[in-house]
Amino acid sequence: MTPAYDDLPALMTLMTGDEKHGASATSTLDVIWVLYDRVLRPEDRFLLSKGHGPMAYYAVLAAKGHITEADLRGFGGPDSILGHHPDRTLVPGVEIGSGSLGHGLGLAVGTALGQRLQGSHARTVVLLGDAELEEGSNAEAIQYAGRAGLNGLTAVVVDNSSASLGWPGGIARRFTVEGWSASDVDGRDHDTLERAFAAPGDSPHVVVAHVERKES
Amino acid sequence: MMDQRERFYGLLPQLLGDDERLVAVLAEIGAGYIDPGPVADRVINVGIREQLLVGVAGGLALTGLRPIVHTFAPFLIERPFEQVKLDLGHQDVGAVLVSAGGSYDWPEGGETHMGPRDVALLDTLEDWTVHVPGHPDEAESLLRAAAAADGRVYVRLSAGSNTQPLATDDRRMTVLRRGSRGTVVTVGPMADRTLAATEGLDVTVLYAATVRPFDGGTLRATLNAPDVVLVEPYLRDTSTPQISRALQGVRRRVLGLGVGQEELRRYGTRADHDALRGLDEAGLRRSITAFLA
Repeated sequence: MTPAYDDLPALMTLMTGDEKHGASATSTLDVIWVLYDRVLRPEDRFLLSKGHGPMAYYAVLAAKGHITEADLRGFGGPDSILGHHPDRTLVPGVEIGSGSLGHGLGLAVGTALGQRLQGSHARTVVLLGDAELEEGSNAEAIQYAGRAGLNGLTAVVVDNSSASLGWPGGIARRFTVEGWSASDVDGRDHDTLERAFAAPGDSPHVVVAHVERKES
Repeated sequence: MMDQRERFYGLLPQLLGDDERLVAVLAEIGAGYIDPGPVADRVINVGIREQLLVGVAGGLALTGLRPIVHTFAPFLIERPFEQVKLDLGHQDVGAVLVSAGGSYDWPEGGETHMGPRDVALLDTLEDWTVHVPGHPDEAESLLRAAAAADGRVYVRLSAGSNTQPLATDDRRMTVLRRGSRGTVVTVGPMADRTLAATEGLDVTVLYAATVRPFDGGTLRATLNAPDVVLVEPYLRDTSTPQISRALQGVRRRVLGLGVGQEELRRYGTRADHDALRGLDEAGLRRSITAFLA
């Protein structure tokens, strides 16, 4: 039987050994699940820019058949394909290697440009964290994607209020001022997330997915 | 004579016209000089955003396209070095990076626009092919080859050139002169002045327009006395480890000549800086004769 959302915690346990998973470890879980379960088509690409804490991502990849439960059990081991940051050359279904913050959005802009140049209507969806957004490289990518009208590009910022200096006025406006459309949503509500990821208009789109504050 | 950079700007639309896989990515530099004509959709100017310049190149490559990325050397290799390392190397994708400005092609512009560290920095990364053409014809042939390849290639264009193209098509070093008292390896635009500086000295002179991979085979095959001088247009001693590797097991002496690490804080012309840095004909002759004496 194909694993469902309720099976994800058990898959994560195979990696961590913990029965329970804190809000930090699962901050991206619902967003990634909704993307893989309801939004992404086979030609679409998902880029995990925030490569730190990838257990939720690996659990979804296992649930969707890209990797096996045996792969999960080896998490972080010397012969494992699964590191604490993902490597695209090792893990089936992983589009980018990430870990150093602020690289995924630029790669996603290039990917969306490449798809558009080749006449593809595939979407490129990139996941960032609210603290990751502090990296200045994101500003370059946000500005350019807006000017270029890259409507094949969707960014999702999982906001667990972990940016030390915060985002006065909210995250979405950093994108909308550059010509993006934006949705501010509950990052745990699957139906709301699905609607926020609905087919884009004529501009790049950002989904700001709010979840519980990171435990310190 | 049209210089290497002008040759690149003229060639780029042709390359893109001939191969739909190619996409040019610019960060303003060059955008005003390139006339893209029918390939305008594949000439992408991201503005003055060099992290994005290389990030976009990585993303394009992930979709199967081959990016040709261009700006001045310090803004292509130094400022976005982590993007070069991760968005290209770590993603295991290919790209052609084409720099202009060399080490000090615009000395009036001062330190911020000098790029002598580029090849040394790329040496810290895996699997980069590095071309340092010494003539516009070499630049064109190396650019064509880089565009048609798949891996990561750096083409370092210089304002100065030799009077004649000297490189061979097989990317091996060219034997410019044979002697018996040592070998001088000269790179790219340094060839003419190296030949002049070694006139009358009994040395072999080898010429390289491709420095990575380094052609140690030709150096070993032509070696007479185990005294080797390296004349490079970028950071001094960049290729000294390559000489050591090529001559492993041979007792040898090596002299590296090139651009020093020190910041001179001087303006002036390229000729002024060649003299200040001991890289003009007289300076090279002084260093080489002292080493061989």
